Amino acid sequence: MAIGWYLVVSALIFCIGAGGVLARRNPLVILLCLELMLNGANLALVAFARMWGGEAGQVFALIVMVVAACEVTVGLGLIVAMYRRRLPVDVDELSELHG
Amino acid sequence: MTATTFAWLVLLCPLVGTIVIALGWRILPGRSAGWLGTLAIALSFAFSVVVFVSMLRHGAHHRQFTSTLWRYDSSAGVDAKLQILVDPLSVFMILVVSGVSALIHLYSVSYLFTDRGYARYFSYLNFFVLSMLLLVLAGNFVLLIVGWAFVGFASYALISFWYRRTTATAAGLKAFVINVVGDAGLVLGTFFVFKHTGTVDFVKVFHAVPHVFATDQGDLVAGCVLLLVGAFAKSAQLPLHTWLPDAMEGPTPVSALIHAATMVTAGVYLIARMHPLFERAPTAADVGAAVGCATLLMAATIALVQVDLKRVIAYSTISQIGYMIMGVSAGAYSAGLFHLMTHAFFKALLFMAAGSVIGAMAGVQSLDRMRGFRRAVPFTFVTFLVGGLALTGLPPFSGWFSKDDILGFLDHRGGGFEVLGIAGYVGALLTAVYTFRMVFRAFFGPPCEEARELEHGHLAHAEVPRNPMTGEEEDTDVGFPGPGHFIAEREWPMRIAMGALAVLALIGGVAQIPGVDDAVTRFLDPSFADSRFAHAQVPTGPAWVGLIIGAGVAVLGIAIAFRVWLAAPGTAARLQARLAPLHAFLANKWYFDELIDVLVVRPALLIGRFTESVLEPAVIGGFLTGGTTGVVRAGSALVRRAQTGFLRYYAAAMIVSLFGVGLYFLVAAS
Amino acid sequence: MVLADVIFFVAAIGVLTGAFGTVMLRNPFYSVLALAFHLVCLAALFMLLRAEFVAAAQVIVYAGAVMVLYVFVVSYVGGGEQLPSGGALRVLGPMFAVAVAVELCIALLGSALRGIRGQGAPFIPGFGTPGHIGTLFLTKFLFPFELASILLLVAAIGAVVLARRRRGLEELAPSELRVRAIQPAYTGTLAEAAGVRPRAGEEPPELEIEHVGGAGARVERVGGAGARVEREGGW
Repeated sequence: MAIGWYLVVSALIFCIGAGGVLARRNPLVILLCLELMLNGANLALVAFARMWGGEAGQVFALIVMVVAACEVTVGLGLIVAMYRRRLPVDVDELSELHG
Repeated sequence: MTATTFAWLVLLCPLVGTIVIALGWRILPGRSAGWLGTLAIALSFAFSVVVFVSMLRHGAHHRQFTSTLWRYDSSAGVDAKLQILVDPLSVFMILVVSGVSALIHLYSVSYLFTDRGYARYFSYLNFFVLSMLLLVLAGNFVLLIVGWAFVGFASYALISFWYRRTTATAAGLKAFVINVVGDAGLVLGTFFVFKHTGTVDFVKVFHAVPHVFATDQGDLVAGCVLLLVGAFAKSAQLPLHTWLPDAMEGPTPVSALIHAATMVTAGVYLIARMHPLFERAPTAADVGAAVGCATLLMAATIALVQVDLKRVIAYSTISQIGYMIMGVSAGAYSAGLFHLMTHAFFKALLFMAAGSVIGAMAGVQSLDRMRGFRRAVPFTFVTFLVGGLALTGLPPFSGWFSKDDILGFLDHRGGGFEVLGIAGYVGALLTAVYTFRMVFRAFFGPPCEEARELEHGHLAHAEVPRNPMTGEEEDTDVGFPGPGHFIAEREWPMRIAMGALAVLALIGGVAQIPGVDDAVTRFLDPSFADSRFAHAQVPTGPAWVGLIIGAGVAVLGIAIAFRVWLAAPGTAARLQARLAPLHAFLANKWYFDELIDVLVVRPALLIGRFTESVLEPAVIGGFLTGGTTGVVRAGSALVRRAQTGFLRYYAAAMIVSLFGVGLYFLVAAS
Repeated sequence: MVLADVIFFVAAIGVLTGAFGTVMLRNPFYSVLALAFHLVCLAALFMLLRAEFVAAAQVIVYAGAVMVLYVFVVSYVGGGEQLPSGGALRVLGPMFAVAVAVELCIALLGSALRGIRGQGAPFIPGFGTPGHIGTLFLTKFLFPFELASILLLVAAIGAVVLARRRRGLEELAPSELRVRAIQPAYTGTLAEAAGVRPRAGEEPPELEIEHVGGAGARVERVGGAGARVEREGGW
């Protein structure tokens, strides 16, 4: 298939993830949707790597994966800490950092 | 070492004196602050003499030197330098200033001895001499203005020297405010001159004046009139003269130095220095002459009825300075300056003698209370008489020569100036009357109680110190006069100072005897070589006629005073009863204080109160600061609404922005 | 090449299905499973793009480790009450997403990049193999590689710190975890608010310190007129 198809799929994955981030209230699910967006980006990177013929895109995708893993770790740690302190696990309730 | 180096040393001595006395006041014992101050000014005088001598070594037309220590700034076209101009005029002035100041310092060493503020006094006095010397040695407008302002401050500091006396502090404020009006005039006048000549340096300005200005050009006349405002404020001429009588609240030596001999002559010096400007704008010069004439008559009439001894002498000063201003405005530069010199001698002497009498009266200054001190204080009496005779203009005292030098020039010049000259003779008659009113009332007649005690060797002592003007009780701690009272007969420094001045007042006239010598004119000639009147010498014949008329007027005045106050006692009281309205008018000083109160003080207070109660809360508090903060607060409240704290809204904002950016690029690429 | 296209379509449909499932399924546990499915299909797509190592890493790291972590956390935290998504964003959110998607597709379709219409660059043997990737990591991209490892370290330590238990806190009843502020907000110093320093005009408070609970937790009762405060320490 032409590279463009992969890019379309990547765009769709990204937008589905974005919609999920905006529409869900459970922070766990929001993090999952964030993963979706990152995956969309990864797919685009790898597709371009194939287009250009250089592996820089793939290396970039691997590093993105590392970052995503770290982010998930920390985010889940936060959620666990929230749950431990008996705070509501709902992003709409946790809105004290307002102006 | 050149003349200018010594001129800088002339300035340095009082500066060092000020600083040393000011810093060391705690550790200077007894009278050492006084001796230090006197030494500083004596050194300054010595250096002035050296400058004078070294100047004489040069040819007559090579006697103008400038010297620059450093350049302050040269921006916006103003080349401001720390520069002095040493020429015959400034050397004349520094000799007079430093010489008379040294003698007054000597007098003060004993006169103010028991005062708790002794060192502060000498520090201020040295600072004053420094400022005055700076003023007359200045080589450009900037330094002149600096000296002018410093002199105003020194005057304020010394008038309110006894700062716990409310009358003194009020007088100091009055003097300062009126002087500030003069400062404003001076600065604005400088601006007008600078606007056309582009420089503030005296030498360059005076060279440029004939080329840059047309005769009586509007800007030049305006500038000169503004300079005159400055001169009038400093020299206490109409209508800015009201501060000088009040300034008598200061210690008597201060009155002698500042308000007789030196500071009030700054206006005369200014007009003489700026003579190229004034000659190019004859309108302004005429204004100056007219005001000088009006002042001399007005002040002489007021002096006739004043009761306080020092205030009589103060009005006398105003009147005599009117003569000088009239003279230099009309072109009689060397005559006016000669009168400045002799006036410094005899007026300082008069004040010193008055101080001695006041000391004998234990602080009382009213002529109503003093009588018959002739035998109690003989030395003071003789010196007072010498000063009075010189002031009156009786031959052969110095005042005779100098006053008639001016009046002779005015008559010679002709036209409207002859009227001024005649007014000057009328003023001389009044001068003689009020001077000998003082002499006869204070020294003749049956001795008052203090005089009788003093004849037995017992100096009067005030049980309760009182304010001489209002009579309210004081103490003798710091901020009020000290408990001691001093008279010349018991203090040798006072005697030396008064004696020196008496000799000078007596023989000073020999410097300028018409037909015999004209040392002053010849010395000052190079400074005024570019003047129209440089060779307008009064011929000897008319000069002697004028002198004889002057002598006659003086004798007439003394005779009138003798008749009224000595020969037929009670005449004064009858005259006062008969001419009561006139007497009230004169005693209230022609109601000038009330006039200024209505015209200036009340509107100013009104504006101030209006600003405070209405303008400030509404405009500044409400609109400017309140408005600004209100706008910022409202704006930030508006922006704050975006910080909801909801995570998903923030994410939505990001997505929407991403959409917007993508849209922009899509549109731009198509 | 028909097989490749078929596999592409199958994998793409799987990817999109998994994505939709993640977003729309109510139970977070099911969302996790959907995402895992999505990741595996994505790995297939990577394989099609000749990125073997990336695909393997995707399966092992992402679908393997990260998703397992998610499963653990979801079990611990629980499915949560089925929260209704609230507010305007329930509708607007997807709308914005659709808008962005449309935009991106327009950009792709109208793109001047001719390379995306082709099959890609000619094949170099060893393209995408661990050997090549490894060489790149250790030569050209050494610096990002090292930074990524530091990042991993930091994240690991951070996670430990965030999720650790606080000694003694679990034993106290929640009602005692309180700080009472006795002054209006934004006034006074911190010390005064905490009661350690008396405000102007008051005598200094007397301090009694008792040790309660395990080492590291103290309750300080501070007395004095008007300066009474109970607070917990141990941070």
